[in-house]
Amino acid sequence: MDNPQEASKKPRMKSLVIDGSKYKTNLTTKFENRVKYEAPNPKQMKAFIPGTVAKIFVTEGQKVKAGARLLILEAMKMKNRIEAPFSGKILKIHVKEGDIIPKNHLIIEFE
Amino acid sequence: MSLKAKIKELQKRREEVILGGGEAAIEKQVKMGKMTARERIISLLDPESFQEYDLFAAHEARDFDMDKKTLHGDGVIIGTGRIFGAPICIYAQDFTVAGGSLGLMHARKITKIMDHAMKMRVPLIGINDSGGARVQEGVNSLAGYGEIFWRNTLASGVIPQISVILGPCAGGAVYSPALTDFVFVVDNISKMFITGPEVIKTVLGEEISMEELGGARVHCEVTGNAHFFAESEAECFDQIKKLVTYIPWNNTQKAKPFPAKKPKREYKIDSIVPGDPKQPYDVRNVIKSITDNSEFFEVQELWAKNIVIGFGRMDGETVGFIANQPLVLAGVLDVDSSDKAARFIRFCNAFSIPIVTLVDLPGYLPGIDQEHAGVIRHGAKLLYAYSEATVPKITVILRKAYGGGYIAMNSRHLRADFVFAWPSAEIAVMGPEGAANIIFRKEIMTAEDPEKMRQIKIKEYKDKFANPYVAASKGYVDAVIEPTETRKVILHSIEISANKVADRPMKKHGIPPF
Repeated sequence: MDNPQEASKKPRMKSLVIDGSKYKTNLTTKFENRVKYEAPNPKQMKAFIPGTVAKIFVTEGQKVKAGARLLILEAMKMKNRIEAPFSGKILKIHVKEGDIIPKNHLIIEFE
Repeated sequence: MSLKAKIKELQKRREEVILGGGEAAIEKQVKMGKMTARERIISLLDPESFQEYDLFAAHEARDFDMDKKTLHGDGVIIGTGRIFGAPICIYAQDFTVAGGSLGLMHARKITKIMDHAMKMRVPLIGINDSGGARVQEGVNSLAGYGEIFWRNTLASGVIPQISVILGPCAGGAVYSPALTDFVFVVDNISKMFITGPEVIKTVLGEEISMEELGGARVHCEVTGNAHFFAESEAECFDQIKKLVTYIPWNNTQKAKPFPAKKPKREYKIDSIVPGDPKQPYDVRNVIKSITDNSEFFEVQELWAKNIVIGFGRMDGETVGFIANQPLVLAGVLDVDSSDKAARFIRFCNAFSIPIVTLVDLPGYLPGIDQEHAGVIRHGAKLLYAYSEATVPKITVILRKAYGGGYIAMNSRHLRADFVFAWPSAEIAVMGPEGAANIIFRKEIMTAEDPEKMRQIKIKEYKDKFANPYVAASKGYVDAVIEPTETRKVILHSIEISANKVADRPMKKHGIPPF
């Protein structure tokens, strides 16, 4: 570096607030792309693992009891049986048989 | 047969095996922009210093027609040599022979040179370029990996272990580099992942290239798995050679000293750090204004940039530097920066390298993502690493040292041997703004002009507490120094610590928050 004293004075810095103080600094991509937190909604069932929807046993509008089997999510060579977490009515099914879904993909919504 | 004829035969056998997978395979390797395994060893080691072993090793696999296949050297080259005179044990996987796949004999060669490195107490360098397990050899190849991992673990902290990724390194194979001290990668050549793009596509339906999934840049910038990024293999070898000069051969020695040099004149230590604690600067310039010839060999330069780690020399001796970087995220501690610094501290401690810590941080990074990513567990690693380290530990507080950040950054309380502070240091439980809001909440809220009152109270707090003298009055800071005295006091501290005795309770091992 030719002039170390000058190098610190780069333009276009951002700011970061910590304990009420505003610091002038650069942000990292990881910090700027951090995923915003969403409170979990118990009425929305999401995939706990990435996999293939092998079979669906229920239909929209159907009433199910807690523990009823809803679908088979095949992942890592295991056929995972997805059960109803509570008794209720199925509002919407967001997947169809054969779908390959990532982790946290919305599967079923309850009323 | 006459001896002459026998020597001729040896030469012929050597020539054949040295060709590895043959000319066609070598051509393919070159087309991928890669050197051959042998070229790599030759370019890395001192000229004429390489001695090879097990050149004529042959696999004993019988299944799947393997008995009809000859694999020269079984796809790996092992040997000993020197780097700037330092003795080195080295192995390099040969991708031209069955894709550098790891079978039983291949693994035995690697473990042989690892055992040798341990016996002779010299650094180990492993060059990885392999398609993975040799499927035809089944469980034997898994056994081979396990034997390597076990040796990596036992050698950890005894001899320096360096991994160089110069091709694919996938599946279980990645865990040998992950267990070693430093991982070197090269752009467009290194590829590391547990499950490759194909598996990801089948299972998830997501498409990603090898480079995006586990290329050199990813492991240097995102995962933190790699420590040094190079544009070419030649640059990578220069980096390895440089690293070797900074570290000792084993844990009973010190790094070889260099001739002492003064820092370069253009690094003026008293004009780098702005007086306003909210203004940024590049802390690497402070390090360079302290080290011999203003040289600083940064480790993990591209990952968790809010903390800076690396080696420098002071009066010719290797010193490990850890410094908050106000230029990035205001120099906060977070999950990644804690991991980064903690591991470096443990390397320095294992290999008798004194640690100099430069402090200027506002605290920990706030955020749900940080809390949920386990900043408690990760942050604890830093406290653990500093507390357990017994090498000379010197701290210089340049500016801010607030709250938990103050404690974590090698404070007196974690047993720093010497703590110095610049007059610009602010050692306090938090920044003036935050502290005033809490302590004077009532006064501010009930004031006629709350904002005006807030400013008055902030100033009051600043005047009283935003300085090094409160901590100095309690002996938490040993001396308040002028910036220009920094190099002198660090050198003095290291000198005085030469025969340091740090007693620790007997134990099998601690339980660090891994």
